[in-house]
Amino acid sequence: MTAEAQKAALDARLAELSRHKTTADPADVVEIVQAILATMEGDFNAVNARFFSEIEDLARYINETKAEIAALRPDEITEEHLPTATDELQAVVGATEQATTAIFEAVEAIEELAGQMPPEVSAKVVEAVTKVYEATSFQDITGQRISKVVDALQHIDTKVKALLEAFGSELQRPEEPPKAPVPAAEKRDEDLMNGPQLPEDAQSQDEIDALLASLE
Amino acid sequence: MASIDKDMPILIVDDYKTMLRIIRNLLKQLGFNNVDEATDGSSALQKMRDRAYSLVISDWNMEPMSGLQLLKEVRADQQLQQVPFIMVTAEGKSENVAAAKQAGVTSYILKPFTAATLKSKLTAAIGEF
Repeated sequence: MTAEAQKAALDARLAELSRHKTTADPADVVEIVQAILATMEGDFNAVNARFFSEIEDLARYINETKAEIAALRPDEITEEHLPTATDELQAVVGATEQATTAIFEAVEAIEELAGQMPPEVSAKVVEAVTKVYEATSFQDITGQRISKVVDALQHIDTKVKALLEAFGSELQRPEEPPKAPVPAAEKRDEDLMNGPQLPEDAQSQDEIDALLASLE
Repeated sequence: MASIDKDMPILIVDDYKTMLRIIRNLLKQLGFNNVDEATDGSSALQKMRDRAYSLVISDWNMEPMSGLQLLKEVRADQQLQQVPFIMVTAEGKSENVAAAKQAGVTSYILKPFTAATLKSKLTAAIGEF
């Protein structure tokens, strides 16, 4: 019997059953299922069943992994955490360079004055100045180390972006309702400790004074 | 033995202004005042082709041309190949020292360094002063 003929026979039997009985007899159900399985013979054997089961497990695993990655909020990593970390590190390099320049200017002025000092004092001053010059090399060394860390962060950023692109919209951040602003006085101490601001965001002492005055 | 001319032109190369200033100040303390600066290998090479320097003190880690590339260019150039070349770098691995030696470095100073180290390497490179 061909597959089409088998299907037609099954349909006829099901129609017949539904005409005569409003509830299904388990024996009839078993008979029908066995008949259906028989029609699939050759198309759906044990190997196929195992194969489909594996595919199903794999699909479930992929979905779980997607959900876990989405819960990690990779969009936050590339949009907020990594750029902030990079900016902070570059600000460290900038600040140490500025401080080192100021140290140089002060020490160079002292070295100039050493020429006007009694020889034994001058020698000691120059020796101390030399030690300061040697110590300021920390700026170069720390700068190089920080540059390496920045490179590593940028590498991570690229990889996470590639991951986001591969998963597409499935990892998109869900729309969040806007949070009601919390008045500064009600914020917890930990929420207020953000560390030094980046130079472009920092307020000047004059701005702080003006703000304080405006709050009086 | 002929004494060293402390007015000799010296080129210092580093992409960190701090390090340029440290080396310049230490050289000044040692009596060397004729010092030019470059911030990467390619601009240093151009300066060397424009002016005859008696000594080059260069960092390694710079872009676009590193100190090692600069050293190789200098050693490959008939006009420049005899110029003493001191590498001043934080790259302290044996493979770095070996690569610099193979490229023809005169001396190698590991950062951070002291004034005494700079003086002793200068003496080794250009003679007593």
